[in-house]
Amino acid sequence: MRIRTRTVVALTGALALSLVTGCAQGGAAGAGAGTVTYWLWDANQLPAYQACAKDFEKQNPGLDVRITQMGWADYWTKLTASFIAGTEPDVFTDHIQKFGQFADLNVLEPLDDLDIDEAAYQPGLAANWTGQDGHRYGAPKDWDTVALFYNRKLTKAAGLAADELNGLAWNPEDGGTFEKAIAHLTVDRNGRRGDEEGFDKNNVEVYGLATGGAGDSDGQTTWSPFAASAGWRYTDKARWGTEYQYDSKTFQSVIDWYFGLAEKGYLAPFTDYTDGANPPNAQVASGRAATAFDGAWMISTYYGTKGLDVGTAVTPAGPTGKRATMMNGLADSVTKNAHNKAGAKKWVRYLASDECQKTVGGYGIVFPATPGGTEAAVAAYRKKDIDVSAFTGPVADKKDFTTFSFPVTDYAADVYALMRPAMQDVFANNAPVKGLTKTNDQINFILGQ
Amino acid sequence: MTVASSSPPSRLPSRGVEGTAPKPRSGRKRERDGGSRGDGALAALFIAPAMLGFLVFLLWPTLRGIYLSFTRFNLLTPAEWVGLDNYRRMVNDPIFWDSLKVTVEYVFINIGVQTVSALAIAVLLQRLTQSAVLRGVVLTPYLMSNVVAGIVWLWMLDTQLGIGNEIIAGLGFDRIPFLADETWAIPTIALINVWRHVGYTALLLFAGLQAIPNDMYEAAKVDGASEWRMFWRITMPLLRPVLAVVLIMTVIGSFQVFDTVAVTTNGGPANATNVLQFYIYGSAFGRFQFGYASAMSVALLVVLSAITILQYRLTRAGRTDLG
Repeated sequence: MRIRTRTVVALTGALALSLVTGCAQGGAAGAGAGTVTYWLWDANQLPAYQACAKDFEKQNPGLDVRITQMGWADYWTKLTASFIAGTEPDVFTDHIQKFGQFADLNVLEPLDDLDIDEAAYQPGLAANWTGQDGHRYGAPKDWDTVALFYNRKLTKAAGLAADELNGLAWNPEDGGTFEKAIAHLTVDRNGRRGDEEGFDKNNVEVYGLATGGAGDSDGQTTWSPFAASAGWRYTDKARWGTEYQYDSKTFQSVIDWYFGLAEKGYLAPFTDYTDGANPPNAQVASGRAATAFDGAWMISTYYGTKGLDVGTAVTPAGPTGKRATMMNGLADSVTKNAHNKAGAKKWVRYLASDECQKTVGGYGIVFPATPGGTEAAVAAYRKKDIDVSAFTGPVADKKDFTTFSFPVTDYAADVYALMRPAMQDVFANNAPVKGLTKTNDQINFILGQ
Repeated sequence: MTVASSSPPSRLPSRGVEGTAPKPRSGRKRERDGGSRGDGALAALFIAPAMLGFLVFLLWPTLRGIYLSFTRFNLLTPAEWVGLDNYRRMVNDPIFWDSLKVTVEYVFINIGVQTVSALAIAVLLQRLTQSAVLRGVVLTPYLMSNVVAGIVWLWMLDTQLGIGNEIIAGLGFDRIPFLADETWAIPTIALINVWRHVGYTALLLFAGLQAIPNDMYEAAKVDGASEWRMFWRITMPLLRPVLAVVLIMTVIGSFQVFDTVAVTTNGGPANATNVLQFYIYGSAFGRFQFGYASAMSVALLVVLSAITILQYRLTRAGRTDLG
């Protein structure tokens, strides 16, 4: 009996101990003094950064980079949890949409001593990562823009040449040549095109343009190329704006026209979009949509789709006469409680160097932030027979193009939480665009706190 | 019969009373008496792991959650006491009330359909078949995780690509945006969860049915009662306590729906499926408003407690009509 009691005591104790210590294991486990932990989310980029890490370790004996990759959705949840538990990585890939929140939460280490030369990167990329306190919190890593992917078989059948697709223009009154083109690409159940007499908009077989949902607060791959080429910007200032402008007449007229394309049957309806099951690239791959606006990070996915012959075109020119595309850049950030701060900063300095960015560019999966890295990527894409000028053109040519960034403000998560249902209401439920003014007031009220 | 019913305690252990000789028992009894204090300690030890779990994972978080509901807290900087601010905000927050409405709508459809179908399945299992295979088959959806079930249904019900809509379109009907339309989304999610849980609920009810003595049905049959009449006069009254407990459990579970929503609709379109748990999660882990999220969690706790007590009272779940 005694022995049994003791066994039970021991087992209970062991259980209790495992409960208590179980939480403490995790991130820091096994990290030696020379280890630098690094997180990223894109599995496609993992080999490129492993190559960089190898070169870095060779140049810095004693330092060991340990890379962890996890999917986009898990990434941010785990990162948040790691900040709370004190198991955060030393360095992580940072997104501009999250930057404001992380700055508010005071979890990032200033990187001023890296002496990042803004001119050494594509324009605008380095400047975005300066906080309101004037300190730098990210070193430029890569960039992407948005362009129009199209199914070559379908555009050919519609008689639309690549030149025409690259020369489209739109306006919020009659939609211009862009609306004409996607109307012509739309085909109903009876084989009638969207611009033909008797077109049945309720029974569309192939939509001219795939739907990417309602676009939330940024419309990156949905309405933003149109709103920006109409001269609209998210906030009153380029960075750290204090007021959003979703109440603008220009913005609301663009949204009205854009979602109105679905009413006409040219743009796939809201109900055809699901994050998980049917994103724009799946709509194009399945032949349900002829074209889709999507980002440079999707190039390998579109071109890698079996049986799909795909091409890309620049965004249409808007009322301002310019073509607009969002240019978004990622960065590497060091955490405030990094276990190996000195090593982490060394690693970030290397990640931001032309040397590492050229290595990454050579893999042809992403455009690195330095011009040299970008060139390497363009060459690598060319080797795979992929023309990426629809993405690089807007960055090089400032006469015909304008690029803009994600809004960088405080309370980005609140803006998202309010704008997401509001935009869905307009697209899915035909709520009047005027309602966005009220949402904008709520957002600006939060920002004014 | 009369003897048995007049002295209930003798009913259950009747065989034991007849069959036990006093001698060998007394020996064991003495050992028991002598070791009663030791047994108490042993019992405490056995309870300890569960107790530890209860204290660490339930009581402490609940108390801390209640405390945090009176603070402004973003997890990374110290909580700041704000009194009743979060509750004031909650009362004036139309999204909170809307999400409560959506949740109640979900619970009604989910529990209504699930309980009726589970009861039907349980009765059929008891009255029609003895097949263990069939009982196993009924339970299989429950073996799948909620997230997997959600993803599978998301794919099957997709408006453009889903096999469900391919069939509907093939039959010549209009495609139905099951998870992308505000009128369809909540019923669809409720039915996906019915599909997953109905077998488990049926099994619980089936176990309750097994406790109803078969001779009652036989006697009723002799009296010429139909299956329908027997169901209402024998099955339902005698199953009441089990049914009540099952209802209490499933209603609590239903109010806490989260994963299916997170996987299929993310609360959309336009907050049409923004159930309370999802709103709480978004406020906490999306917007870092842990104070406000705690206040809403406390509200959910109060609502659930009230509903449970009410259900318990109304269904007299603690008492049985048997015997």
